[in-house]
Amino acid sequence: MRSTAVIAGIGHTTYGAHEGRSTVSLNVEAIRNALVDANVEKDAVDGLFVKFPTSAIEFTYGQKVAEAIGLQPRIGGVWDQGGAANIGMIMFAAMAIEAGQCEIAVVSFADNPKTGSRGGIAKAMGPDEVFGWFGAAAGYAMIARRHMQQWGTTRDQLGAVAVNARTNALANPRAQLRKPLALGEYRASRPIVAPLTRDDCCLVSDGGAAVVVMSAARARSLDVPEPVPILGFGQGQTSWNVEQRPDLTSTMAARAAQTAFAMAGLRPADIDVAQLYDCFTIVPIVTLEDYGFVKPGQGGAFIESEGIGIDGALPLNTSGGLLSETGMPGMQLVIEGVRQMRGTSTSQVPGARNCIVSNQGGIMHTHATLILGEAR
Amino acid sequence: MIETAIDVPLPVHDELSAPYWAALEEGRHVFARCSVCRNAWLPPRRECPRCLEPAWTWETASGAARLISWVVYHIAFHPAFKGRLPYTVAIVELAEGPRLISNLVDVDDPERLQIDQPLRLTIERERDVAVPRYRPETC
Repeated sequence: MRSTAVIAGIGHTTYGAHEGRSTVSLNVEAIRNALVDANVEKDAVDGLFVKFPTSAIEFTYGQKVAEAIGLQPRIGGVWDQGGAANIGMIMFAAMAIEAGQCEIAVVSFADNPKTGSRGGIAKAMGPDEVFGWFGAAAGYAMIARRHMQQWGTTRDQLGAVAVNARTNALANPRAQLRKPLALGEYRASRPIVAPLTRDDCCLVSDGGAAVVVMSAARARSLDVPEPVPILGFGQGQTSWNVEQRPDLTSTMAARAAQTAFAMAGLRPADIDVAQLYDCFTIVPIVTLEDYGFVKPGQGGAFIESEGIGIDGALPLNTSGGLLSETGMPGMQLVIEGVRQMRGTSTSQVPGARNCIVSNQGGIMHTHATLILGEAR
Repeated sequence: MIETAIDVPLPVHDELSAPYWAALEEGRHVFARCSVCRNAWLPPRRECPRCLEPAWTWETASGAARLISWVVYHIAFHPAFKGRLPYTVAIVELAEGPRLISNLVDVDDPERLQIDQPLRLTIERERDVAVPRYRPETC
């Protein structure tokens, strides 16, 4: 059964550097903008779900954000699933609304790893520092290497993901990185942790982003200008650390998508545009396979032969994604999904009626899927 | 820029892991084997992740392994590794099943390695600690 919830409003800060700004302040700006977009008064909000920032871990962070916006929510808190948390919280908000626990929920995220601490993304992974095992990039490089050798995925196929993201970012004035990227330049990109190079890695960004969730009925009664229906959602958690994972080239994203498609009553063929989490170029390739758009191992070939541009078989990451719009973990993909469903993207897919959005966290440890329908 | 000598971070020896590192000092690479369901695992944990029982013993690995995947660091995420670039880190699967993070040694060109190729244990010293590393198996 489809969700009865909608995304009523979207808001964000600028993306890039916010020297000296606290993450609480970035959350407040994003929330203010989302409430304005939804045409909702702050005092109507009774649910507040927040993903904690990685730059500094604080207890009861959700309450700090609530205090900063002068809110005493009926329900709220901080949700930790790494980069899967934003869709995870939107799901939780939709379920809380349907269960009568709140009526209007704000889901928000802000972080400042660019000008603040970057400890959360460069740290050693477990007790294996003695082997030089550091950084998230290396975990994704392990997955990329195995995928390339097992399935024949090529550097150029990874590059097509990076080039597509940059092409869409060039059309998006909000994007943090708007320097053109051709495949030839991608090939010459300096290696970070081979097989991944600089241009395979997402941006590091400060910023905040928020959405307002409520029931479709409530959105009608409040005259919300452009509510976007939430058709389906799902999660799946791979859990194993990358070195312990029995299969490096597929994840529980498959389960997340199955749940979301079943809830929406849709199949991959019904999807017109996709915003797939692209912290590293290998991830959208694996996600296309896990989601059932292509057979296992065929993600790279699909991107090359069928196309992921605006006129391709499946337009992908139409605002530039984590690779080029902002490195923030996932909320910008939801916001771009909403824009596509409203017809207001800077790389609008003509006539798009259904958009799928993926969020994932850790080294593909967690996954959450959201399917959005046309605004009405 | 003045380079100061920064040591490679050594593994923490706690109550759970001390026997693992002590065995390596004796030239043996060990893993945990559940006494109840026979599951084998690394790194050490107090309960079997399959049957959740806390009854298990250390077992010595044969040293035979295979290469699941590997990466080559071209930038140092820790200053101690600056002088070792580029270096290779691998996911290794023991013939007995457990997997671990390790380094590959005696590799001329890491870009020519193959997934699933056989590896062989070699115990090396990292300062005053014996650590398990792997080299390509020569037939």
